[in-house]
This record gives sequence, C-alpha cells and structure tokens, in this order.
Amino acid sequence: MLELRSVTAGYDRRAPVVREASLTLAPGQALGLLGPSGCGKSTLARVAALLHRPDAGTLLLDGTPVRRWRHRAPREQRTAFGVVFQQPRLAADPRLRLADLIAEPLRATGRRDQIPGRVTELAEATGLTPDLLTRRPHEVSDGQLQRACLARALVLRPRILVCDEMTAMLDASTTAALVAAVERYRRETGAALLAVGHDRTLLDRWCDRTLHWHEVARSRADAPT
Amino acid sequence: MTRPGPLLTVRGLSVRFLMPGGRRIAAVTDARFEVAPGECLALIGESGCGKSVLASALLGLLPANTETAGSARLGDLDLLTAGERTLARTVRGRRIGLIPQSPAAHLTPLRTVRSQLEETLAELTGVRGRAALREAAERAAQRAAFPPDHLDRHPHQLSGGLAQRAATALALAGDPPLLLADEPTTGLDRPLVERTVDELRRHIEADRDRALLMITHDLAAAERIADRVAVMYAGRIVELADAAAFFGTPGPRHPYSRGLLDALPDRAFTPIPGLPPELGDLPAGCAFAPRCPRADTSCTELPPLAGSVACHHPVRPPVPAATPENARA
Repeated sequence: MLELRSVTAGYDRRAPVVREASLTLAPGQALGLLGPSGCGKSTLARVAALLHRPDAGTLLLDGTPVRRWRHRAPREQRTAFGVVFQQPRLAADPRLRLADLIAEPLRATGRRDQIPGRVTELAEATGLTPDLLTRRPHEVSDGQLQRACLARALVLRPRILVCDEMTAMLDASTTAALVAAVERYRRETGAALLAVGHDRTLLDRWCDRTLHWHEVARSRADAPT
Repeated sequence: MTRPGPLLTVRGLSVRFLMPGGRRIAAVTDARFEVAPGECLALIGESGCGKSVLASALLGLLPANTETAGSARLGDLDLLTAGERTLARTVRGRRIGLIPQSPAAHLTPLRTVRSQLEETLAELTGVRGRAALREAAERAAQRAAFPPDHLDRHPHQLSGGLAQRAATALALAGDPPLLLADEPTTGLDRPLVERTVDELRRHIEADRDRALLMITHDLAAAERIADRVAVMYAGRIVELADAAAFFGTPGPRHPYSRGLLDALPDRAFTPIPGLPPELGDLPAGCAFAPRCPRADTSCTELPPLAGSVACHHPVRPPVPAATPENARA
C-alpha cells in the first residue's frame, strides 16, 4: 500500500512542478496516471518510487511514513520498488553487458549467488534470447534494451512497480510484449503497478483504474495552456 | 482511380553495410514502391527493420561503408547514382524536404529559429535583403503553424510540438515536392501526435503536387495520415496496401502486418512471439517464418512480393474478392 498525501515537488521551491498531489495505490492494484507531456507526472512517479525528495507532503509505504529518499532510504523500502523509465538508453550503463545490467541490483544488495538463476529466469520472462545477454547496450535495439531494463526492475521481486512511459519509444508488438511480461509478474507475485503515460487507450487497457492528472494534483497556476 | 505519374519510383533498392571482418549487414533488400503527387505513403515496421536507412539512402546520407543497388528515381534523376554535388545543390531541401526524428537535435542550439529560417530561405530561394528575408521567414513560419512571436527563441526554449513545427518550416522552406518525414512523432504525446500528422497531411492537401513519405512505427499515426502503407520487415517490404483496407476491412494480408495490428491496445493487445532477426544473419527463406503462425515447409524459400504481399500463404480477406492474387492464396 502506497499513499501520497498532498505532495508538492519540483526542482525549484519557488516553482514546484507538482502541487499537492494525492493518490493511493492499493496492494495488487494497477493504477494508470494519465497526463500531457510536461505536466509533472514523471516527477510524481520519481517521488512515488523514492527517487526524488518532495518539498512538502507525506508518503506512506504500508502505513510507515517515508523520511529518506534515494540512497538514504532504508534498503527494505528502496527495494520494495522496481522502476522502468521511458528512455532505456539513458537508464542503462553503456559499459555493462545485458546480463550484468539485469544482475546489478542483486550485486548491489549482496545476493550474488542468485545471479545465474534470476538472470536466466528474467531473460526468458522478458523475451530476451541468450545471445543478447552477452551484448552491450549499443549492440541491441531500443526494444531489446527496454526488455533488459524491465528484467532489472523485476530482479529483486518488488512489491510495487513504477513504469514511467515505459513503452513511449517502442513499436506496438514490443509494447504488448512488455505489458504482458509485467502482468505475468503481477499475477505471480501480486505486486502493485503505477503506470504513468499519455496514451489513454493503452492505460485503459492495461490498468484497473486510470486517473487523469487533474484528478490527482492541482494545476500549475503559471502552466502554459 | 487514376493517379498521376509517380513523383518517386524506387526499384530494387538494396543497402548493405560492410563491417570489419567481412560481415555484411542487409539493412534494406530489394525495396520497390512509388509515391504519387498528392499522396502520403507510410512506411511502417518495428525499430531496426531498415526504415530509416532507406530514408538516408534517398537523401544520399549513408556512411562510407555502404553499398547500394537498384534505383530511386525522382523525376529524371536517380538519387542513388547522383553525386554529392548534385544532391547538395539540387535535391536536399529543394526537391526533398526532410522532417527529422528529433527536431530539437536537428536545429542548431546556438541560434534562434528566425536566424535558421532566414539562412535556409536565403540559400534555397531567391529572396535577398534583410527586410525581405525577415518577411519570408515569417511567412514560412506561418505555413508550418509556428507562432511568429516565438521566432526569436532558441531551440531549447521550445516545446516538443513547436520544435517539430520549426523543423517542418525549415523542410518546407525550399518548397520541395517530396517531404520525407522520419519518425516525426516519436516521444510526442497523443494529442500532439495527432496535431502533427494532421498538419503534415494539410501540406499535402494544400498542394496536390506534393507528396509525403512518412516513416513511422506509430500505427495510429499512420492510420490517421496515410493513403497507402508499406510494411517493412527485416529490410524487405512485405506488404503494400491501401491504408483504408489495411487498417479497416478486409485488413492486412501478411501475417506480420496482422500481428502488428493485433498488438495494438485497442485490438487484441497480444505481441508477436519472438524477436526480429538480426540483419547481419538473415535466414535464407522468409525472415518472418520463425515467428509466423502460418509457416510451413514452403517458407524455407524466399517469397517474392507478388502483387501486394510477400508471403507464401497470406491471410485471405474475409470477403473473397475475385482478384487473381488472392485466388491463388
């Protein structure tokens, strides 16, 4: 259970990008958050995934208030989340082979023994063939790299998955394949999903419920139209 | 329907990248299509299928390690054999206008939109003199629905939609008969995608001598804008169809095209199994066979683009129309 109460966040305290946003994500729920580009939905997704400290407001994870963000957050809170971003190229270390990219969170949390098993499992779940696992990001397509980024997000078995425009750069078939992989994972584990995007058709099909940005946050007074 | 003679005629176009160690990447193989004045042809396919390489080949923008074959005739000029001098002085901007994939990266970050438009107009048209250029730039901006009061801004001060319009204004500056749009809507949100393709469509409708070749993986955008579609898979055009028939009834005939449409969230939302093949290691027969529900032994042989579809057992339209092509299917 994740609750955001009256969250205000941004990159300049005088001009917050998100104003007084509130939403609740129940266990196992798939919630879509729909809004035009530039509305602040990615910033809110980053706050929700403990990746950006809000200027004001409260965030409750299973009833416990979150007090620290990013690397300062306690590990059991941080690893409750898996995050997939819009642009896989910007979210992948170009030096790592895909297998190492997927295994990175296991390495970072001292679970090296699980690496071979989990990497094989997740490559299969996300549709990556074994020959792709030895390649570096520049040797694969955007779609293949995003599959690896999804595998990385699932490797620690998060209770909450945050997908920020996960499929915006991808073609229809890869989009359907990644959404199917997320849904299979959620069926097996009961994880909740916050899917942020601008495609109503996609979010309506994917999620139990789709909220529009104006139902979640106050609009910026100075926002252009 | 009678069509005027094609503006662009592509025949047997192939592009090979020669890699170190003698490896050859078959980026485009034997592409064949036409674009008529007043028409929009959408070239669709997954990323990495060779669409953008085809566009680069038409503009002579391929890197040095490529080998091309076939022809791409724009009027009396073969774009594939024309020299750099001819392409630079008579084709780019003048006969083909390029609308790029990421306009923000295409524009010069250090200069205002006005200064870039004026420079382009001075280069491509006969307009001379500061006042005349200023006026021409404002007219060019207006034509692409770029707000004149934003002309003095730098590219980073523009939203994605406005940067797109600035790039379109530049592409239209030389009044080229062929517009080539390479993934013009990637990363834009849905309302903006719709506005962008509607505006592109308007440039074709406003001047029936102009044609648009749009390269995209966004099927909804293609449906909105195209008269005809060409589907590309693993470097080959596997289906050429009328857009209304392709997206509506009877629907596409190639199993790959069908799979692409079935992946859409407002349709079955089921992916095509597997991954596209590597362009450096293509199978001898049909490249789609490993992922195809209809594949059988005949697929070990390469299907030619017979009529409008390159497949040994295309999907039959539900209403059997008595044309020689699907009678055989």
